[in-house]
Amino acid sequence: MATTAPEMAGPVPGRFGAYGGRYVPETLMAALEELETAYAEAQADPAFHAELNDLLHNYCGRPTPLYYAKRLSEKLGGAKIYLKREDLLHTGAHKINNALGQGLLARRMGKQRIIAETGAGQHGVATATVCSLLGLECVIYMGEEDMRRQELNVYRMRLLGADVRGVAAGSATLKDAISEAMRDWVTNVRTTYYILGSALGAHPYPTMVRNFHRVISIEARQQILEREGKLPAAIVACVGGGSNAIGAFYEFLPDAEVKLIGVEAGGRGAKLGEHAARFQKDGGGVPGVLQGTYSYVLQDDAGQISLTHSVSAGLDYASVGPEHAMLHDTGRATYVSCSDADALAATVTLARTEGILPALESAHAVAEAIRLAPTMAKDEILMVNLSGRGDKDMGILAKELDLKGYK
Amino acid sequence: MAIEFRNKPGLVIYLTAGDPDLATTREIALAAIDNGADVIELGVPFSDPLADGPVIQRASERAVARGVRLVDVLALLSEIRTARPQAGLVVFSYLNPVVRMGMENFCAAAAAAGADGVLLTDMIVEEAAEYLAAMRRHGLAPVFLAAPTSPEARLKAIAANSAGFVYAISRVGITGTQQQVAGDAGELVARLRKVTELPIAVGFGISNAEHVQAVGKFADAAVVGSALVSLIEQTPPAEAAAAVGRFVAGLAAGKGA
Repeated sequence: MATTAPEMAGPVPGRFGAYGGRYVPETLMAALEELETAYAEAQADPAFHAELNDLLHNYCGRPTPLYYAKRLSEKLGGAKIYLKREDLLHTGAHKINNALGQGLLARRMGKQRIIAETGAGQHGVATATVCSLLGLECVIYMGEEDMRRQELNVYRMRLLGADVRGVAAGSATLKDAISEAMRDWVTNVRTTYYILGSALGAHPYPTMVRNFHRVISIEARQQILEREGKLPAAIVACVGGGSNAIGAFYEFLPDAEVKLIGVEAGGRGAKLGEHAARFQKDGGGVPGVLQGTYSYVLQDDAGQISLTHSVSAGLDYASVGPEHAMLHDTGRATYVSCSDADALAATVTLARTEGILPALESAHAVAEAIRLAPTMAKDEILMVNLSGRGDKDMGILAKELDLKGYK
Repeated sequence: MAIEFRNKPGLVIYLTAGDPDLATTREIALAAIDNGADVIELGVPFSDPLADGPVIQRASERAVARGVRLVDVLALLSEIRTARPQAGLVVFSYLNPVVRMGMENFCAAAAAAGADGVLLTDMIVEEAAEYLAAMRRHGLAPVFLAAPTSPEARLKAIAANSAGFVYAISRVGITGTQQQVAGDAGELVARLRKVTELPIAVGFGISNAEHVQAVGKFADAAVVGSALVSLIEQTPPAEAAAAVGRFVAGLAAGKGA
C-alpha cells in the first residue's frame, strides 16, 4: 500500500506482496530496528542455531512424528491421512518452537524482562516455560474471556512463575491482549523484549516467527518422502494468526502440486462478529492495518475492528498474518472455514478413531480433513498439521459436549 | 486557517471526537479555542487504540459505541472551521479508519472540511509515501511523532516529512497524565532543533499549567490531551464546554488549573 518516503533510502523490509510492513507508534521503531539487526546476526551465527537445535531436540522433543492415521483414513475411505504431531512437543503445541527461538534471541540481546500475549494460553505457557528455562522475568497478557475459558493454562503459567495479567478491554480476547502487550512494550521498551506469539505484527515479527516454525515443514517434507516416496496432495492447517500454518506450508511453497489449505474459525455463523474467517467472501474481512501490520482485517465499513467469535481462543482474532494475505491473493494457498460445531465433532472423531485429543484450534484442521479426505483418491496423501493437544480444552469440551451424558 | 502558535508557549488541545457526543465536542472545541488553544487535535475514536492509556481508551470506547465514524469527525471539523476560521485544526487518527476510507478520499475530504493537518498515530515515515503524496495534493500538513527513542536518522526523516509542527513525545509510553514533565522531553527537543526549523510541540503527560510552563522553557507548544478528556468524562455534558473553557484559560494563562 505504500512504498518508500523520499528521504529514506532502500525498499521497505518485511513486505509480503502488498502486505506486512510496520505500522507502529514511533517509540517502538528503534526497538524494531534493534530487533531486526539482532535477529539477522543470530541468523548468521552457527552457535545460535546449535543451541536452538539442541534444545528443540533434547528439551522440546523434536523431530515430532509424522503419524499415519490408519483408522481415520479407513473410516473416511479416501486419502491417506498423516498427522504432523506438533501436539507431542513439550508444553503441548507448536508454540514452543518460536518462544524458544525468541527467548534465546532476547537473552542474546541482554533483555531480562519478557512480555507476551496469549489467546488459548499455549503461547503464554510456552513463553513462561522458556523464561523459566533461561532465567528471565515473564509477564503474560491475556484477555479475561480467554482466562476464563482456558483457565488451566492460566494456572500453568502462574505455576511456571509468570505474572499473568488479565485484559478486560474490547472483547477481552487475543486482540486486546496484543494491544495491552504493545502498551507495555512502548512503556518499557528499553528493558523489555516482546515475544510475539504468531506470524503477525510489525516487521521483523512475521518473518522471524515463520522462520522459527519452518522446522515443521522441513521435517514433514523429509518424513513423507522417506515414508511414501512422494509429496502429499494437500496440507491442512488451522489459521488464527497463522504461525503453525505458515510453518507447515513454507517448505512446500515451491511444490506447486501440493495444495495448501488454511482453515479459519467459522464460529457460529457468517454474520460479522460471529466468526473469525478473515478470508471468507462477504465475511467482513478486507485489507487494513491492525497492530502493526497490513493484512486482511475483520472490520465494519468505517474501519472499526469487529468483534470475533470462535469456540477456540487461539483462532479468535480479527486479523491474520500478512504472508497468508499474500498467499490468499496469489492463490497459492486456499482458505476455508469450519464452524464451532464441526470442530467439536472432529475432536470427538479423532479422539475415538485414533486416541488423539486435538486442541480445538487444531480440530478445525481435522474437520477440514474429514470433509476433504473422502473426495480424494486412496493413493493420495492428506497431511494435517496437528498443532496442539486438547487437554487445555477439557473444561470447554465437558460443557459443549455435555460429556456426562455424551455417547 | 493555519497552524500558528500565537501564545508562548502555544497550546494544542486533543479531544476525542464524539465523547460524550458530537454536538458537545463542538461546543468544547469552540470553548477551548476561545480560551487560548492554538490548535485542536480532533481524535477519531478507534476500537483498538494501542498507543493510548486508560483515559483515552475509555473515551474512544464510548464514542465508538455511539457509532461515531471518521466521516462524522470530518463533518464536525467542518463546523468548527466555519465557526472559528482562524483556529488550527488537525485530524488525529489511527491508520485503519483512514485506510478504509482510502488515502486519497480521506485527504480530499479532510481538506474540504477545512483541516490544516493530519496526525496518524501508527504511520511511520518509511511507510508514508502514498500518504504524503495525497497530503501534498490537498495542501495538508502531515504531523509526525518523534520519540525519545528515535535515533538521529529517524529524527531527520521525521522533520523532513513533517509540516506545521513536529510532535515530540515527552517520554516512552502511552498517553496519560503524570506528575512531572519527563527529563526525556528537553533532550529530545534539543535533538530535534538540530534538524528542523519547524515549531516543536511536546505531548504525553502534560496535564496542568505548571507542566505547560515547564514545556514552554524549551519547546514551542504543549499538547494537553488525557487531562482534558478526563475532565470531560467527569463533567455532565451540559457543563463540559464551560469547564473545559476554564481549564484551558488556566493553562494558557499559567495561573494553575
